Order: sequence, then structure tokens, then C-alpha cells
Amino acid sequence: MNIFFKINNNKLYKLLKSLYNLFKAKFSQPLIGIILPVIILLIWYFLAVTETIRNSLLPTPNEVLKEILILANEGTLFSHIQITLTRVFYGFIGGGIAATILGILTGVSPFIRKLFDPTIQALKAVPSLAWVPLFILWFGIFENSKVALISVGVFFPVYLNLMMGIRQIDKRMIEVANINNLNLFQTIRWILLPGIIPEWITGLRSGLALGWMFVIAAELMGASEGLGYLMIDGQMTGRPALIIGALILFAIIGKLTDELIYLSAKPFLKWKESLDTMQGGANNA
Amino acid sequence: MLEISNISKIFKNNEKDVAALQKTNLLINDHEIISLVGQSGCGKSTLLRIIGGLEKASTGFIKLNNKIIKKPSSNIGMVFQDPRLMPWLNVYDNIKLSILNENKKQQKVKISKTLQKVGLENCEKLWPRELSGGMAQRVAIARTLVREPKVLLLDEPFSALDSFTKTNLHQHVKELWASLKLTIIMVTHDINEATSMSDRILIIQKPEKKDDKNTQIININDPRSDLKNVKYNELIKNSIFKEPSIKTL
Repeated sequence: MNIFFKINNNKLYKLLKSLYNLFKAKFSQPLIGIILPVIILLIWYFLAVTETIRNSLLPTPNEVLKEILILANEGTLFSHIQITLTRVFYGFIGGGIAATILGILTGVSPFIRKLFDPTIQALKAVPSLAWVPLFILWFGIFENSKVALISVGVFFPVYLNLMMGIRQIDKRMIEVANINNLNLFQTIRWILLPGIIPEWITGLRSGLALGWMFVIAAELMGASEGLGYLMIDGQMTGRPALIIGALILFAIIGKLTDELIYLSAKPFLKWKESLDTMQGGANNA
Repeated sequence: MLEISNISKIFKNNEKDVAALQKTNLLINDHEIISLVGQSGCGKSTLLRIIGGLEKASTGFIKLNNKIIKKPSSNIGMVFQDPRLMPWLNVYDNIKLSILNENKKQQKVKISKTLQKVGLENCEKLWPRELSGGMAQRVAIARTLVREPKVLLLDEPFSALDSFTKTNLHQHVKELWASLKLTIIMVTHDINEATSMSDRILIIQKPEKKDDKNTQIININDPRSDLKNVKYNELIKNSIFKEPSIKTL
């Protein structure tokens, strides 16, 4: 009987240990990331409830949640989110494609780099809001000017990372391709593309983050829909809960879209020793 | 037979011509192991790269079995000082790079045979970062051997390894040389390596005198060689003479 219990205990111990290990492997990392937002939430809650900061300036988390739920019930929240997402999506695609083409060309050809790069580097220094009047003049007040502005934001990080990635490709690897008689297509498929994908993905993630920043700039300038518009609406009507709610939604959706790129890129980067390093690097950008 | 005839290589450096090799001539027999030694900058690696087709000669030609070689050939394989494995490919795919044009079945058979030859069976799925220096260099050798080249060029491939790994790999390369009937040309700075591995040791020396315009290739093993003017480290010269240099399996 004792032996039976011992075996069962051993099995139970192993089962519990494997469950613990699984939990540790699967959930400990995301849980660590949640700690800071929870602390911020608690501090916010404390400051708002005790009215250390006036309620008209800092509403409680409950009030913010209530404001978001009201919008959701009205059915307008999702259309605001959808319109912002659509703008970011088109801006991301447009800026991403343009940057990828130019990044490859300037990375591969020193002549094209000398021709384009100084101008692109100069334009990089122009603040996002400085583009707004020009784009409104060129593309009108509606969607095109907003998408163009977001594209500009996405363009620079993708372009810079890709160009540097191509320039930093180890020439010795190309020699390996040459000595093994790889043709151009094989060299691109087996050596160039896998070599530049990490930098390209980092550029796309940084570009997306800037795209989210630029969409706010775009929506603050005369939009009638979108999360940026909600913030302006909140400011005009004196509803800080709406402003904070829109801010939180920006943060959550921004993080989710970044995670989407990260997860889509993961199969191409499994050779990397530490994906966390790359993820951290991109997030810091 | 590998025939190196009248090979010169001039590099243009800021509009100034720098001669790495000048009118170099050499004959290498099939199934021979040759070591090329010489001071830094004497042109030994350049010669190896020209044989491998990675550099174009300014003058002269290279013939392998009476066929002129102008670009990298499947008959000539090269192992570099560093393994140059693609970090994004596992061991199997790194070796596969050399035989991409063959079908999958052939690739599988050849890669598994070659991995066995270099003593790395069951390592197919490892990433380069998971390999030791010696293992990585053996993968690089496997990547070259999988194409079944006739000539193997070794550009200081053991220089970054510890002496134990180095000795093991020397033995391994000699076994492969014997079993695959390879011709091996090795560039090295390690004179012990040269004496223990090679049939012939050749000192490459840049022209010293103004009227002497050719790169000298001096065969240490040939009693007729005039070694008086060999400008090479005395210690190295002594060690060559103390030890009989021809060691074959």
C-alpha cells in the first residue's frame, strides 16, 4: 500500500512539476510584462479615488472603462477603431513598400545610395506635423493626406534598417556562394534574404510604431472619426475619461499589431540565439 | 595535374598599382598535398583565391587537367580560415548549399555520407551557434567535400583552433585526402602543420631585387633549391630542415 502511494506521489510530483514548468515557460514572460501596467493602474486608482489629483483632470479607471463601454454600446467605438486601423494599415503598406524598394536599391548600389541617401536623411529630420499643411494641400483633407502622413512615418525606419542590413551583409558569405557556384536566384534565396530579414523586420516594427504616432498627428488635424478624433472630442467637451480611454486603446491596439508582426516573423528568425533581444530592440526604437 | 602558368595579380589601390603576384609558375601533381608558406603579403592566399576562381588573374592562366579555369569550378573546393557557415541555416542546409542543383534524394544521401566522413553524424539539425570551433570547421570541410572536388584548397583553416582540435583535424584531412584521392593545396603560417601534412612545402617570396620581377616559389624539399636568399624566418627554416618534410599515409 505504501509503495502504491509512493509511486502515486512520485507521479503526482512529476505531473505537478511538469505543469509548473509548462506554466513557467508559457506564461511567466507575459505575466512579467503585465506587472508594470498593474502597478500604474493601482497608483492611478489611488490618486483618482483619493482625489490627490482633481477628478476633472484624472478620472478613475472605472470612469474610463465606463466611457469606453458607452461608446461600445452606441456602436461607434468599433467604427473609430476600424477607421484608425485602416489608416495605419494603408500607411504601413504604402510606406513599407516604398521603403523596401528604396532600401534595397540604396543598399545594393553605391551610386543610388549617393544619389538618394543625403536627401532622405535630410527629410528624416522634418517633424511629422510639418508635413500636414503640405499634404492637406496636395491630397485634400480626407483620407489620402492622413495615409500619406502615416506612410512618411513608416518609411524612414524601414528604409534605414533595410539599407544598413544589406550593407552589413558579410562579403565572405557571398564568397561562399561564389565558390559553390550558386546562381543569382540561389544567392538571394539562401544568403541575401535570410541575412537581411532580421533588420527588415526590426525596421517594420519600428515603422509600425511610428505609424501609430503619425496617425494621431493625422487625426488631430481635422478628422471626424478615429481614435485621434476621440481624443480631440474629449478635449473639446471636457471629458478626460474619453482622452485616457482613447490613449489606452491606442496602446493596446499598437501592442497587438506589433505582436502580430513579431509572431509572423518568428519562423524566419528561429536561428537567432535570442529573439527577446530583437523584440526589446524594436520596442525601444 | 594543376598547372599555374605565368600568373600575376595587380591590385589597384588609390590609383597606385600593388603587385600581389608576379609571373608565378607552379605544377601540382594529382593526389599531392602542397603547403604554401611565406611572409604576410607575399601573395599565397591570393594565389589560392585565383586557383579557386574568387579572384581574376591579371595575366596568365590556370589549367586543371588541361582545362583552363576562369571561374569557380565544381572540381575545386575551398575551405577558408573561418568556417563561414550561414547562421540562419542548420548543419544540413549549410552543407546543402554546395549541391543545390541536385535532387533532394541525392542531397540527403550525399550529405549523410559526408557528415559520416567528417565524424559529425547526427549533427544535421544543429545550428552553427551550437557547434564548437572544430565542429564548425568540419562542417565547412563537409560543405566543400560534398561536391566531390578533385582539388581542395585550404586557406589557413586550422589557424583559429586549439592544438588538440587542430591535430585531430590534420589527421582527419589526411584520411579524407587518402580515401578521396584529393589534391590539396594549403596555405599556412604554421610550419609544423606544413611539415606534418605536406608532400612538398613551397615558400612564396616576393621579388626583392629591382631586376628580379617574378614571384619566387622555392621548393624546400628539392635539394637543388638555392635557399641562401630565402627571406623567411630563420627559426622556420631551421625547423623545416630538422624535420623530414614528406610525410604521407
